[in-house]
Amino acid sequence: MNSIRKNRITDTLFNYLGIASTMFGLIMLAIFITNILIDGIARIDWQFLTSLPSRKPERAGILTAWTGTAWILGLTAVFAIPLGVAAGIYLEEYGKKNKLGTIIEINITNLAGVPSIIYGLLGLEIFVRILHFGASLMAGAFTLALLILPIIIVATREAIRAVPSSLREASFGMGATKWQTIWHQVLPAASGGILTGIILSLSRAVGETAPLIVIGALAYVPFVAKTPLDEFTVLPMQIFNWTSRPQHGFIINAAAAIIILLVLTFIMNGIAIYLRNRWQKRVKW
Amino acid sequence: MVRIKEKVIEGLLMTAGMITILTTLGIIWILFSESYGFFKEVHIVDFLSDTQWTPLFAQKHYGILPLLSGTLLVTFIAIMVALPLGIIIAIYLSEYAPANFRNKVKPSLEILAAVPTVVYGFFALTVVTPFLQNFIPGLSTFNALSAGMVMGIMIIPMISSLSEDALTAVPKSLREASYGMGATRFQTAIKVTVPAASSGILVSVILAIGRAIGETMIVTIAAGQQPVFTFDIRQSVETITAYIVQVSLGDVQHGSLEYQTIYAAGITLFLFTFLLNNISYFIKKKYQEKYE
Repeated sequence: MNSIRKNRITDTLFNYLGIASTMFGLIMLAIFITNILIDGIARIDWQFLTSLPSRKPERAGILTAWTGTAWILGLTAVFAIPLGVAAGIYLEEYGKKNKLGTIIEINITNLAGVPSIIYGLLGLEIFVRILHFGASLMAGAFTLALLILPIIIVATREAIRAVPSSLREASFGMGATKWQTIWHQVLPAASGGILTGIILSLSRAVGETAPLIVIGALAYVPFVAKTPLDEFTVLPMQIFNWTSRPQHGFIINAAAAIIILLVLTFIMNGIAIYLRNRWQKRVKW
Repeated sequence: MVRIKEKVIEGLLMTAGMITILTTLGIIWILFSESYGFFKEVHIVDFLSDTQWTPLFAQKHYGILPLLSGTLLVTFIAIMVALPLGIIIAIYLSEYAPANFRNKVKPSLEILAAVPTVVYGFFALTVVTPFLQNFIPGLSTFNALSAGMVMGIMIIPMISSLSEDALTAVPKSLREASYGMGATRFQTAIKVTVPAASSGILVSVILAIGRAIGETMIVTIAAGQQPVFTFDIRQSVETITAYIVQVSLGDVQHGSLEYQTIYAAGITLFLFTFLLNNISYFIKKKYQEKYE
């Protein structure tokens, strides 16, 4: 066999290895989802969605967990979106050349790599203890907001960067101030990208467990939270709690709760991908 | 009037940016101040050299090594899974795959990174461990192997996406020169594009290691809570993150030495990820525009 042929064969083999590797991850995901569906789908019914937690697996439900997740989603969005978008605007439109901008940029790169559990330690000290929020929705949402802030900032910056300078110059030429230009021209043009980043970051917040455990969120909360200062639990906490119990009934419950959590996560990611594609297609500068 | 408004708005936006700096300072301040109390009681040499970690038992030892070995063991397994797969996928997608296939596969792979980690933990404990127990005698219910493997699957897209970006950024002319010399796609990838994109690939691997070290729920659920100084992948181990969860779930008095141990563990974790982040940032800044 000559070396040219050998090279051709290696090349073809690697092609197949590449396809196999790419499929490997997706197949694992498929196996996993099938398993979960087999275990949990039969458990999902009205009773499961509307029952409080219980010591008996067949009577337990996820009412407190999904309402807690809804609360956390809303509150985190309220705290994180204005801060993240504002910081992104500052870095891209104002702070690009000054020293503070550079420092903040390095800092954000670092924050994005800090493990989520460390944010839990921060939240425990600042929000739970010093600000006396206790292990409440408020403390949880603030902690998660800090966690996802870097994602929103980076997405905002990228979206703003993609807006062509001709748009800004035209606005300035009409006599608009810097802020008027940002508010009326740049932000609307960048909104698709910003929104994509926001949804992805919130989907991350919905799936987080570790920081909430650290701030002291409970797995067993026998009532639905009514105000932001109430104690709470969320779907991932409930799943974790059920997974760590020995009875098989709770494993079934965990699988059922996972289906709900995955549906939520996939819907959010799906919307984000859809928006990204639409935005990329429509806007051709 | 307009000018004042403009200044006020700029100030507000800057304040939002400052929050991120305050977050970092807050993290550093809290980790240092709380672990200061810990290191007054426990000598740093004991902390770094004692091979037992038993703060919650009667006979107390405060050696971080068992938690560190647990963390590094699981991380090592995860990287052994994710590194080859991630790089092969990256090379395949950038050099071989047709564009429309690539555009479909990339977002699908990223789903792997979007699945909540508690879900992966469930998968490792209820599917992967029972499956592996068929082949590996002596694999305990909680073990480093399944946790590491599942974590590896989770971080595949981190390595493949970033590496593929780096490979795609290599100028076409380099590839064409290689093809013109009669090289195959495989030879071009190994001899030309991968070396040219090596800094980007390295950054992706470092970031993935950082992610694996800080990952919490998979290891808490599937690797167990036994801080033993071992490199046996069949055994139950405890990572730094799993220990923090273990203490947080129990009720340990605020201000006690047991409580402060989670900050001592936290600062160890933070230093590792901080170091890795800065190495990757440095590599990125230094080699970024080499080929542009």
